[in-house]
Amino acid sequence: MLAEPKTEEMTSAVAMNSALDCAMAADPKVILLGEDIADPIGGVFKVSKGLSTKYGAHRVRATPISEQAIVGTAIGLSLAGYRPVAEIMFFDFITVAMDQIVNHATKLRYMSGGATPAPITVRTTVGGSRFGAQHAQSLEAWFMHTPGIKVVMPSNPVDAKGLLTSCIFDDDPCLFIEHLNLAYSSKAEVPVDDLRMPLGKANVLTAGGDVTLITYGATVPLVRAAAETLAGQGISAEIIDLRTLMPLDLDTVFESVSKTRRAVVVHEATQFMGPGAEIGAQIHEQLFGELLGPVLRVGARFTPVPFSPGLSNAPSTERILTAVHSLLDQP
Amino acid sequence: MIAPTTEALLDREASERMYELMLTTKLADDQAREETKAGRLQAAFYPVRGLEAVCAALGEVLRPDDQLVSTYRNLGDALAKGVSLRAIMAELYGRIDGVSKGKGGAMHLHDTAVGFMTTTGIVGSGLPIALGLGLGAQLDGSDRAVVVTFGDGATSIGAAHEALNLAVLWRLPILFLCQNNQWGEHTPIAEYAGSTDLRARVEAYGMPAHRVDGFDLFATLRCLRDAVASLRAGRGPVFVEAMTYRLTGHTGTADFSYVPADELAAAMARDPAPVFRSWLVESGTLTQGEADEVEHRAEQAVADAFAFAQASPLPGPAELWTDVFATDVVTWEER
Repeated sequence: MLAEPKTEEMTSAVAMNSALDCAMAADPKVILLGEDIADPIGGVFKVSKGLSTKYGAHRVRATPISEQAIVGTAIGLSLAGYRPVAEIMFFDFITVAMDQIVNHATKLRYMSGGATPAPITVRTTVGGSRFGAQHAQSLEAWFMHTPGIKVVMPSNPVDAKGLLTSCIFDDDPCLFIEHLNLAYSSKAEVPVDDLRMPLGKANVLTAGGDVTLITYGATVPLVRAAAETLAGQGISAEIIDLRTLMPLDLDTVFESVSKTRRAVVVHEATQFMGPGAEIGAQIHEQLFGELLGPVLRVGARFTPVPFSPGLSNAPSTERILTAVHSLLDQP
Repeated sequence: MIAPTTEALLDREASERMYELMLTTKLADDQAREETKAGRLQAAFYPVRGLEAVCAALGEVLRPDDQLVSTYRNLGDALAKGVSLRAIMAELYGRIDGVSKGKGGAMHLHDTAVGFMTTTGIVGSGLPIALGLGLGAQLDGSDRAVVVTFGDGATSIGAAHEALNLAVLWRLPILFLCQNNQWGEHTPIAEYAGSTDLRARVEAYGMPAHRVDGFDLFATLRCLRDAVASLRAGRGPVFVEAMTYRLTGHTGTADFSYVPADELAAAMARDPAPVFRSWLVESGTLTQGEADEVEHRAEQAVADAFAFAQASPLPGPAELWTDVFATDVVTWEER
């Protein structure tokens, strides 16, 4: 019998720091790049805290405010045999580096017939509206729409560590999205040593028979809360945390929806043309004859992210419950 | 006419090598444009005519382990770094024997075995990628040089400025080689740049910056040799603005009538390969017969490459799905 791995209680932010630490210890080719990431600040969200002190400023490189240069440097480093991890402070700022990511990192393998892949990891943060509409957008659909990049969004500290480590050692470019609402709130027992999880494997969080709730990232807690309410009403929901949006684990989704015959996709990204549009279409194409109602979506309203606490365009537990009830009420 | 200089003492082999490279580049470029005009080559081909001397000088100063990032106007760079002409041409035709199995096209050449790392079709975007290669060389403790080539038009793009700043900050061993052909697509440099002194602009970043006559093979050779030696010595990045002129249209088939006739005539009179041939013969470096022999070899190589490319098969349909990811990721569209 194998000994249980040693664990410590960590937030997602600490778990990601642990992932970077383990990866840097395991492989001297892992290099971190990003604005303010070196000590003493260790990144504005502290995810790289302590690492420049431990591994040296040559491996944890604080950069100018130059997103194109950050990602371009990561690409060039990967061509030189390194495994760079680039931090883009906020998801919104990725627009500045879009050329380097979607025209170069994602295409180099294909355009070279497999000769010059760019296995970089781009970490970024998302969520919350205390900074306003230019610091909170959920842009994952843009990248799911772009062949050649893997898109990962964990919902808890264990996944955050395991998936980030896998991204770093994956041979494709990976976009790793960290939600600020999840980064510091909940804690979990996380293995302190190297931890890797397969990319492209969804996690069935709860089993249920009446409806499948498909979600990822920051809406996982909302969906859990909705499922508890539904349980009190005698409705059993199966929750799928996708964890990876590309590759998208549709096998797990189809298996679940074949059983429950009802599905709601929940995400914080804009509902219109969002990830749920493709997931819903896939379910309709594969399982149309088995469904008891249309696949519904609960996503952000089609507005910029509002600043005022009086406004919200984000999905809520209430909206999830309304969607589920409307499905169950189908004639 | 290139004035004989101390470089007249340059060894005969190097002179011959550079002449052959310039000529091969010119002839392959001419042939590719003919093919596109005839409709036999369905590729956006960006001619390099006018850059031959800069490319030959670059090829002469670089080692095989030095790394180059180039642009869509890349034929001369690729040949200078040693990429196979056959594989380049097959790529232009979208054939399986191309450098990218036909999946990249003319704008996406590479051969990492000879340090030709990648090329980009997005103006100015190669500069940030060169940063990473330069950083890699620095972290490796290697004295290999990294070069990124780009046109004058690229200096208007933000990415270029981000890269110049960061390269200086980190003292990266990068030669930023601006192949200034005076035109940004169909716009002359004076109409898109507030200051056309690109060298002066870059100097303001704190980087040594030089301007050299890119039609003068020896001057360019001297300048690039010094620049690369400086990189290898760990003195940080260098910018070189090689002044040339675009001797053709922006693409292989583009209208070219907007170029002032007198400017073009003046530039054509300095067409690098023919001018160098005259110098080689007049200086006694090569005999008339030896120069003819080089010319014959270049013609043969170009004819062979085009024949090879045209005979190479197209990639099979299964190639569509390979190389998207490292391992096949089944998408539901495929089922």
